[in-house]
Amino acid sequence: MISLAQLLTLSGVLFALAVAGVFLNRKNVILLLMCVELLLLAANFNFIAFSRYLNDVNGQVFVFFILTVAAAESAIGLAILVVLFRERRTINVEDLNTLKG
Amino acid sequence: MLIQALFYLFATILVLAALGVISARNPVHSALALVMCFVTSAAIWLLIEAEFLAVVLVLVYVGAVMVLFLFVVMMLDINLAELRQGFTRFAWLGWLTSLAVIVEIVGVIWARGGLGIDAGHGGTPEPAGYSNTLELGRALYTRYGYPLELAAMLLLVAIVAAIALTMRRRAGLKYQDISGQVAVRREQRVRLVKMDTEQGP
Repeated sequence: MISLAQLLTLSGVLFALAVAGVFLNRKNVILLLMCVELLLLAANFNFIAFSRYLNDVNGQVFVFFILTVAAAESAIGLAILVVLFRERRTINVEDLNTLKG
Repeated sequence: MLIQALFYLFATILVLAALGVISARNPVHSALALVMCFVTSAAIWLLIEAEFLAVVLVLVYVGAVMVLFLFVVMMLDINLAELRQGFTRFAWLGWLTSLAVIVEIVGVIWARGGLGIDAGHGGTPEPAGYSNTLELGRALYTRYGYPLELAAMLLLVAIVAAIALTMRRRAGLKYQDISGQVAVRREQRVRLVKMDTEQGP
């Protein structure tokens, strides 16, 4: 039987690795999007672990909605990325400084 | 015992794949490592009796979202060397942050009575004949009916937005105008020419 503590630890390690990935790959928008997917996966792990622990299916319903929103987010994010690359020929975050105040 | 062994196996693969996602030199390798992450996560979700979501994770994420990621990575002609510049400049900050997060979370979970609940067990196993999909569907279509419809609307908006963002018409490109072809009239194509008859010699 897998205990709640084991699952939460795994989810915490996954979350921390994804945060490190945001720091490491802060120039590449595609890798930033992938790290966001990892963060959402770690959050989903927590929901499912507690849903299992409490024998309550509502946590899994929440994971379902998070998956929906994450799919929509990555689809629109990648579309914006494609448009961005077409306009600027780069996806480097540092070159996206048009809105500087 | 077998479940524990499988859990540790999949957890190890998951953490190694996550390390691969954040440290691979090539974005394609990152995307493939992320696929590995999703597959092993689905396996762990199967172990903790969340079968429907495990299958959905593989179908939706590995089958659709990651293919989209790979497609975009391969379509864009990216100068990788420029993006890799300064990769290690803030690496220490990243590792420090992740280490702090790990220490905090693990400390809270494993400290005695840290959560105020007994985290040492994993809930009672479901009885034989229990259907995760049935329970999830029952919750989704009764209590969560309106949120479900909102999620459907959200997906529709996402489809429309993604297509509207990426569609473009190039000037000077020749393409078929099917409705114009179908709606054509006889008068636009056939011209009757009245000519005098040719006189013989």
